[in-house]
Amino acid sequence: MSSFLSYLISGISLGSVYAIIALGYTMVYGIAKMLNFAHGDVIMVGGYIAFICFTELGVPPVICILAAMIGCLVLGVVIERIAYKPLRGASSLSVLITAIGVSYFLQNSALIIFGADSKTFTSLISIPSISLMGGDVIISGVTIASIIACIVIVAALMAFINKTKAGQAMLAVSEDTGAATLMGIDVNRTIALTFAIGSALAGIAGVLLCSAYPTLSSQTGAMPGIKAFTAAVFGGIGSIPGAMIGGMVMGIVENLSKAYISSQLSDAIVFALLIVILLVRPTGLMGKNIQEKV
Amino acid sequence: MKTGSKTLRSNIITYGLVVVFYIVMQGLYMTDNLSSLMEGLMVPLCYYMILAVSLNLVVGISGELSLGHAGFMCVGAFSSAVFARLVDEKIPGMAEIIIAILIGAAFAAIFGFLIGIPVLRLKGDYLAIVTLAFGEIIKNLINAVYLGVDANGLHVSLKDTKSLNLLEDGDIIIKGAQGIGKLPRNATFTIGIILLLITLFIVINLVNSRQGRAIMSIRDNRIAAESIGLSVSKYKLTAFVISAALAGVAGVLYSHNLANLQATSKNFGYNQSIMILVFVVLGGIGNIRGSMIAAVILTILPEKLRFLNDYRMLIYAIVLIAMMILNSAPKVVAWRKVMAEKYFPHKGKINEPGEA
Repeated sequence: MSSFLSYLISGISLGSVYAIIALGYTMVYGIAKMLNFAHGDVIMVGGYIAFICFTELGVPPVICILAAMIGCLVLGVVIERIAYKPLRGASSLSVLITAIGVSYFLQNSALIIFGADSKTFTSLISIPSISLMGGDVIISGVTIASIIACIVIVAALMAFINKTKAGQAMLAVSEDTGAATLMGIDVNRTIALTFAIGSALAGIAGVLLCSAYPTLSSQTGAMPGIKAFTAAVFGGIGSIPGAMIGGMVMGIVENLSKAYISSQLSDAIVFALLIVILLVRPTGLMGKNIQEKV
Repeated sequence: MKTGSKTLRSNIITYGLVVVFYIVMQGLYMTDNLSSLMEGLMVPLCYYMILAVSLNLVVGISGELSLGHAGFMCVGAFSSAVFARLVDEKIPGMAEIIIAILIGAAFAAIFGFLIGIPVLRLKGDYLAIVTLAFGEIIKNLINAVYLGVDANGLHVSLKDTKSLNLLEDGDIIIKGAQGIGKLPRNATFTIGIILLLITLFIVINLVNSRQGRAIMSIRDNRIAAESIGLSVSKYKLTAFVISAALAGVAGVLYSHNLANLQATSKNFGYNQSIMILVFVVLGGIGNIRGSMIAAVILTILPEKLRFLNDYRMLIYAIVLIAMMILNSAPKVVAWRKVMAEKYFPHKGKINEPGEA
């Protein structure tokens, strides 16, 4: 029982990180209607920024996390401006390939700058761990931080989207870009803002991911990125609560199947779950079912 | 008909290009003018071209985004490799590879059918993510499987070689993540080119047939096509299964070109599927000849750029982004039209989609 509980808790922790990454995917997809394949690599960049700040410059952890967020934010906006904005209105396939190009670019830049050997990441989170049930279940500081960060971020994003003018503009653009333009919403600025928020979240996710799994290489972001992307689709792409639920489910299923079924098959099980869900609900758990009209 | 003869001419050019490519490469090879690098690329070029042409059938002709093409290649590679190990040089090499190709194609087609029925209900980006998930599942499953054979038949396990319970004379075929060893390596450039020609024949004939026109009409307007009585799922599935089977053929070529076959994220992961998609998009979506040419250039170029070491893939990434922006950014496209009108008035030639 206690071992099940600790697997479940570490699953929720991993799921929180997936959820934070998935939020970036889901927001960008909802508004720009593009699969941002480079999002996972922004996480990796965030990890490297925090790593450099902490080990080379020796600044306090809070500033490291801020630096990672701001660095990723700037990176996200620059990527959007240079690579994606010229392609607005082009076919979704060319945007997809461009995103893949950006992904290769980030990975290989990191490879050249930081070398091929992976770095050992020192955890930036210094929250003390909690032990439950007489020391049988230990919840680490990173786990607590991830779960709190996820809840705070989702709550803040929901408030931002529903209560602020910029958030309402985002909703409007995601519902109908043409009508939003007619209403005087600056679509380009809204999309840039979405990329900024999504990438800043990727920065946080990078720090949390590397604190929990302390190896950092140019490939660090690729697989979590893909999994968070499936989490976003699972929850219904475009939906913020959906991204959170999808991320949690993915993390828990992955950890439990690693523990009880097979560590090699855990990825296969996660992906199979996605396929099953999409067959039952073709737009994901919380996705809107859009009726097609002729 | 004028358009008919135009299509015919275009198809003859496509086949002719392959034949010329074969003669040139084979000539260079015979006269020892080919570097060892290019010699090693001869068979890979064939399977990459087959992959590009077959994916173009789904992406270009059927208009569905698939990111799991490497998964079908993986199925073809492993099913044919298991067959090669089972017959273990008991039948001559040529007969072996022909049967292996049929087996690889059949297995990939079965997987294409099974994944296609449910998945083709989904649209656009959802289809992309599910096919990506499928490719990853296949890769993970094969990495976890142990397969052995003895006098009692085949033994399968998901744990380790011991739990296969083989007899003394048993032979382990798939060793989990270590894959399959001791393969015959009997794929040749000639076989590859013949398979490429067969692939082209199948795809071009399909595109120019009644079925092909039905598939393209579904791509252009699904609702209109459905309302004139075309079965959307049937035609989409046809294209998907044929494409999967051809990817399986490429997989057979791949496995028969190696001594050791493993499923890694490099050869059968989503990165490989994306690579093939890049061939299709850069070659021109729906343009079969273009995807072949793109496959050749994008396979040879990174190899030729090896002297750049770490900067090679960085440059590749920049080229990819630049090509996409120059090719499809609405502003650049408009500017190109203006320039073309200015310097070559009324000479703009429009390519028909689906023309090879």
